[in-house]
Amino acid sequence: MVSEHSDAPGGETAALALKILVAGGFGVGKTTLVGAVSEIRPLRTEELLSEAGQSVDDTDGVDHKTTTTVAMDFGRITIRSGLSLYLFGTPGQDRFWFLWDELSQGALGAVVLADTRRLEDCFPAVDYFEHRRIPFVVAVNCFAGARRHGAPDVSRALDLDRGTPVVLCDARDRDSGKEVLIRLVEYAGRMHTARLLDSVG
Amino acid sequence: MTEDMRGTPREEGTQWYDNEAGPLVRPYAMTGGRTRPGPTGVRFDLIALVTLDPGAPGVDDALLGPEHRALIGLCRTETQSVAELAAGADLPVGVVRVLLGDLLELGCVTVSRSVPPAQLPDERILREVIEGLRAL
Repeated sequence: MVSEHSDAPGGETAALALKILVAGGFGVGKTTLVGAVSEIRPLRTEELLSEAGQSVDDTDGVDHKTTTTVAMDFGRITIRSGLSLYLFGTPGQDRFWFLWDELSQGALGAVVLADTRRLEDCFPAVDYFEHRRIPFVVAVNCFAGARRHGAPDVSRALDLDRGTPVVLCDARDRDSGKEVLIRLVEYAGRMHTARLLDSVG
Repeated sequence: MTEDMRGTPREEGTQWYDNEAGPLVRPYAMTGGRTRPGPTGVRFDLIALVTLDPGAPGVDDALLGPEHRALIGLCRTETQSVAELAAGADLPVGVVRVLLGDLLELGCVTVSRSVPPAQLPDERILREVIEGLRAL
């Protein structure tokens, strides 16, 4: 990071922003989770597909609509002056994968929100982050009325790599959301260290 | 977004007003038809941080459009990420990127680079983040 931030304490000169993605199926509670932990009301940003959609060539059947927009919700947590965490809810629909590529660039890690009543909705997100070796945790949003499953059950059902954390959470609850993020940052740190050691050995 | 209303009979009293009717100014008009930031060709990450350059020379107002000025106004209160600027100015991210390219070339702002994937922050920063989250 190169931006000077003169009022940062402790001799820190560069402002640092970290990015965490929140992924999962439609309606699983991504925006709710972002809202629960964010210090700002979740903001919405729009990307014009005609601008970003070089990789999207299939516009047949969209009937001359050339400027579709896709919205992304995001929130912010300021750790201290000059260090903040940004959370981005990824667009749910598969046809916006190309946006994920941009979002995931330089991301610290991701939270994959899962609903045990339709676990298959989070398969694409799990696949995506596994293939790109982006550290992620699976957070099972415990909806009222949904049958409780233990973390090991979910881990098995999703065929997760060993070590990928599974956390039960309530996306509406701030403390619960914080716990999910803490688990993710801890895990991202472990993954990062392990890779550094790998590259040395 | 505005849509062609010809040939689409609408019930009385369902006209679109204000935001419903879509933007009055098309995004490409705000960027002068450009889809990428100026000759430097930088692509600003969503969390790239934009800071007003306090030492910036006074810029000729005639070079700036209302959207440029809106972005400067937002940065005046505090350093903002590209995503926050887009939400704050109610502009698509692609438009904000082009306008920021202009402001960067004019020397009005500094923009931080995002962290390359291979260079995740060191352990000290991560520990700080974890402690910060616990303390929230």
